[in-house]
Amino acid sequence: MARCLFILIIILLLFTLHVSSEEEFTEELLFRPLPDRKVLSHFHFESKVPPTTVYGHHHRLFPKAIYQLVHKYRIKEMELSFTQGRWNYDSWGGFDPISSSNAKPPGVELWAVFDVPPDQVDTSWKNLTHTLSGLFCASINFLESSTTYSAPDWSFRSLSGNLRYGSLPREAVCTENLTPWLKLLPCRDKSGLSSLMNRPSIYSGFYHSQRLHLTSDEFDPVALHGIVLEQTLTIVIQPDALETHAAFSSSRKLQPSWSMSSLFGKTVDGKCALAKSSNVYVQLEGGLVYNMKDTWNNIEGNDGEIVQEVPYEVSPDRMMKEINSFHKDGYSILYGFSINNYHSSKPFDLGFWWKLPVTWSCVKAPLRVSRFLMGSGNEKGAIALSLQSTEWSQSLLKADNNIEKCNLRMYVDGISQSLGDIIEKMSVSPSEDKVSPGVMEMVLRLPCDMKSASLTLEFDKGFLHIDEYPPDANQGFDIPSAIISYPDFQTRLQYKLDNASIKSPMVSKMQERRTILSYTEVLLVPLTTPDFSMPYNVITITCTVFALYFGSLLNALRRRVGEEERLLKSKDKSTGKLQLLLSKMFAKLRGKPWEPPSTPPPPSSSSKFISSKVILKIILIAAIAFGWQYYDG
Amino acid sequence: MEESVEKTTRKKHPWFWSSALASIILRLVLIIYFPNTLNFSSRPEVSTPVTSLRRLAEGYWLKRSSMSPYAGSMYHGSPLLLSILGPLTIDRDEGQSHLLCGLAFVIADFVTAILIRAIGQRLQGADIQSLKSLGAGRHLKISENFPTGDIASLVYLWNPLTIITCLGYSTSPIENLMIVLSLYGACKRLVPLAAFGWVMASHLSLYPVILIIPLVLLIGSGLDTPPRKLFLQEKHGDGYKKTKTGSLHLINFSWRRVVLFFLWSSAWALYVLVLCGISLKDYSGLGEMFKRTYGFILSVEDLSPNIGVLYFFAEVFDFFRDFFLIVFHINILFMVLPLAIRLHHRPCFLAFVYIAISSILKSYPSVGDSALYLGLLGLFVNALADMQFSFFLFSGYLGTLLLSPVMHNLWIWRGTGNANFYFATAMAYACFQIILVVESVSSMLNHDRALKQGTTDVAKKVCQSLKDEPGLPTPRKFSLPK
Repeated sequence: MARCLFILIIILLLFTLHVSSEEEFTEELLFRPLPDRKVLSHFHFESKVPPTTVYGHHHRLFPKAIYQLVHKYRIKEMELSFTQGRWNYDSWGGFDPISSSNAKPPGVELWAVFDVPPDQVDTSWKNLTHTLSGLFCASINFLESSTTYSAPDWSFRSLSGNLRYGSLPREAVCTENLTPWLKLLPCRDKSGLSSLMNRPSIYSGFYHSQRLHLTSDEFDPVALHGIVLEQTLTIVIQPDALETHAAFSSSRKLQPSWSMSSLFGKTVDGKCALAKSSNVYVQLEGGLVYNMKDTWNNIEGNDGEIVQEVPYEVSPDRMMKEINSFHKDGYSILYGFSINNYHSSKPFDLGFWWKLPVTWSCVKAPLRVSRFLMGSGNEKGAIALSLQSTEWSQSLLKADNNIEKCNLRMYVDGISQSLGDIIEKMSVSPSEDKVSPGVMEMVLRLPCDMKSASLTLEFDKGFLHIDEYPPDANQGFDIPSAIISYPDFQTRLQYKLDNASIKSPMVSKMQERRTILSYTEVLLVPLTTPDFSMPYNVITITCTVFALYFGSLLNALRRRVGEEERLLKSKDKSTGKLQLLLSKMFAKLRGKPWEPPSTPPPPSSSSKFISSKVILKIILIAAIAFGWQYYDG
Repeated sequence: MEESVEKTTRKKHPWFWSSALASIILRLVLIIYFPNTLNFSSRPEVSTPVTSLRRLAEGYWLKRSSMSPYAGSMYHGSPLLLSILGPLTIDRDEGQSHLLCGLAFVIADFVTAILIRAIGQRLQGADIQSLKSLGAGRHLKISENFPTGDIASLVYLWNPLTIITCLGYSTSPIENLMIVLSLYGACKRLVPLAAFGWVMASHLSLYPVILIIPLVLLIGSGLDTPPRKLFLQEKHGDGYKKTKTGSLHLINFSWRRVVLFFLWSSAWALYVLVLCGISLKDYSGLGEMFKRTYGFILSVEDLSPNIGVLYFFAEVFDFFRDFFLIVFHINILFMVLPLAIRLHHRPCFLAFVYIAISSILKSYPSVGDSALYLGLLGLFVNALADMQFSFFLFSGYLGTLLLSPVMHNLWIWRGTGNANFYFATAMAYACFQIILVVESVSSMLNHDRALKQGTTDVAKKVCQSLKDEPGLPTPRKFSLPK
């Protein structure tokens, strides 16, 4: 028996040793010129830890904080993104893997799938938000309140059940969020590709989104992958035009040339020593490749490889062509550069020089969706969602997930009547004041020849308690983005990998089939506010009115005029001259004719009666005080 | 006796039917020809979260799409109302919104007015009879008595507040109908009808629960009479009495009827609950109904501004919220017992005071509630003839009701005013209502005292002497014998 145990322990030890040697970290960077003279740079870091059974294991590369997070809250999948700026679906594309997974709504977006029983999901979510807010120096803990997150049934991701989704549109994203994010990388931003992250150039861009995606199958019976942490940073920068030595430099249409040092002001001194592989890619979209070919064909008649026409300062190590292109006109090309061989004396700097003016356009999302507010005044309003077809419209299935804020009360009955026939499925969980946000999910099947459709939701603006308004209440409330997904459209870029030995997580991510997602604008709804400065006045005035009601009504009921008169008559005989004079004076002050019988009863009366009453009262109060002291203290 | 009074009133006032008809026609015209220009349904004075028909339509939609009608904080009314009015809300076009519902509300208003008229006629008959039996009838000239039933029902029908409520598609006409129905049933001593009205009214809006006291008094001891003491004095008093012993039947409290009333009410309540349970059986059942209707009313969850004083709860510190909730609701209950003790001989008036108080202090008041008690006030025109401040109150009501939309507009739509503007009108409105209630109660008590003194020996002489004078024999003058 003891021997058995011994063997078992040894096996376990071996197993863990074996496992720990397989932690991996890869870093990659992708550049893509965008049609509107901007450049997309997409950093992609991936850390993997294989399944282990030991809790609190010492990790070589994988961030311990994330490991503990996953284990503590039993997270299956989680995504957290910090975004500033809005992804321009029209000119930056909406149909490729990068845009559908990295175009995020402004602010913070968090969703997580838990591997816990359904009744514990909310607790796990709350704890997770608090942990993340500590980890990333952001107010993610505001997602704890039940009005800010929701549990979409089927539209957001096909995997549902234990999913929670929440977003904070107003969260300002800055370098304080980036630093903890970088801390999760083994080399931080000291070496490797992450050393390019020059804060001023990142935050002066048009769009940046830092994302953290976590998948884990640790809790599955058969764990295969362990925990995979994918960190991406997507930046859209307008490069300062480098000096070009081409004859077309004067032409307005020539795209700005750029290099890594002009974009970030830095060069890469070599790879991160801990990274398994470190690659830089340049992606040319299908439309660009096609148009370039076209241009060069016309001008030079050269049908050669484009790589020669797009000069780099360094030559690419490999080139991958897209196969099974969705774009009929051209195929996308991916150039790969390995920076394993560069070091501080020989830094890597990629340059991209345009020689000829080229115009092209990105592959757009099937529908152009925008959302706006209607109505005036602060009592009611409407949210309109307009769907316009782009060139890719076909008969499609579209799921629309519209998450509204807590303080709006939606009227849903109008919608179903106006668009009865294209709604395939609809689930509404109406908003409950201060308890849950309203979530509306719809599946629309639009006909092929549809040009545009619009959806209007009327709502009443609710009123909140003064404590529930945010600090700057007059600015209004943000309604998080609606999520549009196109389940019938799936995007993937399949590249013919020339070298199977080089496994790039980013390229394999692109190869995966994924549903296209897009987000609409964040809306700002102005809300009426109560007067924040007047709680005391309101309380006192209201209580005065109540006192008026209570006192005067009780007084009217209590009065027995007949008895009062009798009492007065009997008192009249004993009243002195002074009282008479006083009563006359009061009567004059009141402006009423003085009537002797209606003089108020004099306060002084037979002293014996009063004294006994007073003594009784004092005794009563003393007894109450004593009792209070006795029971309370 | 009663029939003769009715005959005289009908002979004297043939204009009743024509003017009632005119008011109905006015409503119909407004509903049919100005369905959208008069957008009363969005006014916070007219439709409250509990009574709004728009919310009812939303609840009906939720129910039809097989969700609980109480999902979301949209609908807070009764499930029965949902089943009755819900189907009427479907067929609304762009042009005509809720036409059928509007017709239902017009009918409800008309029936309410007719019932108020019937109550008034019975009340007046009883009044004259009891005065006659006291022997004071000749002092208070019967011929100058107004036909209170006609006045009350016309006040109810022509009250702009009633018309606005009817046009504003709020369900308060139906609540008012149920309240008046219960009063009518109790006046006629139709115990099942009274029980039905009471149960339905309480089911719809909770506050009419306190009407059980006036209803029991009405059923037990009959209609409003002068204080019972007077009859006793009259019977055992000195040589002045000329009463018939028949007046004693008014004094007996018939417990049998009261027990019957309770039996009928519990039967109706059971029936209503069973119906609600059936209509909600696919959802979460009665527990949620109570939570979403009564709980919503009692805990003041909706903080949108209304003409009540409970804007307060948007401002009050969270720590004290429960305390003030208790205080505000207890304030209604606190007054129930003192009023019942002091006014037990006038159950109809007691019911009026209760309705007025609950419409001041309820959590989601609307002008529909005010319309009801203003209509009922017309029933006591004769008794309250010497009410003070009546012109002041009239101008106050008019002023606040005209200012309230203006202030609301300034605050919500234009953004040039702030919340205090609207709150001030709500406060002023509450004050005027309070003054009305206090004044009517005290003048009713004065009236009783005047009757008492009018029947006593000394005062009758004063009365005689006063009768020679041309001035009005107002009870106020009796109370201060010179």
